[in-house]
Amino acid sequence: MSIFPGMTEPWPWYLAGPLIGLVVPLLLLLAGREFGVSSSLQHICAACVPHRAEYFRYDWKRKGLWNLAFVAGILGGGVIAGRFLANPNSVAIAESTREALEVLGIRDFSGLVPTDLIGWPALLTVRGFAAIVVGGFLVGFGARWAGGCTSGHGITGLATLQPASLMAVAGFFAGGLFVTWIVLPWLL
Amino acid sequence: MAAVGASPAVPRVATADPPARIPVVLALGVYFGIVLVKSEAVSWFRIQEMFRFGGFHMYGILGSAVLVAGLSLIAIRRLGFTDPAGRPARVEFKEPGRWTARFGGGLVFGCGWALLGACPGPIYALIGTGVTVLVVALGGAVAGAWVYGHLRPLLPR
Repeated sequence: MSIFPGMTEPWPWYLAGPLIGLVVPLLLLLAGREFGVSSSLQHICAACVPHRAEYFRYDWKRKGLWNLAFVAGILGGGVIAGRFLANPNSVAIAESTREALEVLGIRDFSGLVPTDLIGWPALLTVRGFAAIVVGGFLVGFGARWAGGCTSGHGITGLATLQPASLMAVAGFFAGGLFVTWIVLPWLL
Repeated sequence: MAAVGASPAVPRVATADPPARIPVVLALGVYFGIVLVKSEAVSWFRIQEMFRFGGFHMYGILGSAVLVAGLSLIAIRRLGFTDPAGRPARVEFKEPGRWTARFGGGLVFGCGWALLGACPGPIYALIGTGVTVLVVALGGAVAGAWVYGHLRPLLPR
C-alpha cells in the first residue's frame, strides 16, 4: 500500500512530539483558537438535544463548530494514516511491558490495540465492556470536570505553565497509575 | 468591535472570536490525526508502557510537544503576531478554581485513559484507522460529558 519506502514505519518521539507541539501555535495564528479536543464532547451534547442543564445551553455553532471540524479532521487523518501509512508490524513496546501484559492475559499484540480487550467481540465481555464503555465514560466525565484532556491541559496548559493544568495532569497520572497497577491486574 | 477612532482613551481590542475557518481547522485536524497515528500515541500498548514506566516514547512525545508549544508561544509574543481577528495570538490564563475539581477531574480522566488506552484525540483517530469499536467509546465519552453537565452544580469547580 505504501508509495515510498519507510512511509509505514512509526515515527520516533523526537519527530512526532514537536509536530504535535506545533498544532498549538498553528491553531492560534491561523484560526484564533486554543488547542483542545475534549470540549468537542460538550459541543456534541449541546448540538444533539435541547437541554435543561446550563452547561449545554449556548450557541454551539458559534462556540464549537470549529472544534467539531477539528475533530472530524483528526478522524480523517486517522483514515489517511490507517489506509496509506499503516505499520504492518506490531507496536514496539518495551519487553518488560509486553511480558507484564502477557501475564495479565493479553494475547494479541499485532495491531495498535489488543483486540482481546478493544474489539467488537470483546465488547460483550466484562473486561472489554469495562475498557471500552466505562473507560470512555470516565474519559468524557473526567475531561470535562478537569476542564481539558491531554491536549488542552497536558500540552496547551503545561506549555503556558498554568496551575490548573499542573493539577489536572497530576490527576491524569494518579488515575492512570491506580488503574494500571491496582485495577487492571484484578480486572483482566 | 470598536470603530477606528471611536474613543482614543479605550484601546481597540477585539474580543469576539474570529469567524471559524472550517477548511483551516479541518486541515490542522488531519495533520494532527496523522501524527497521532504515526507516533503510536493512539496505541493502548504505548499508554500501558507509559503508565508502567517501561519506555520513554510517550514521555518524549508529551515533553517535546510541550517544549515546542511553549517556545513557539514565546516567539509569537516577542514577534507580536496576531490571530485572524487581530488579537495578540496567545493562550488565555485560566482561573484554576478549586484544586479538588482539577485534580479530581484529572483522576477520573486518568482512570479512563488507562482503561481505554486512548484520550479524546486518539479516540477520533482510531475510529479513522478502522478500530470501529471506538465509536462505542466515543458514545461513552459523550455520555460522560452529558452526565458531568448535569452533575456540575453539585461538584466542586
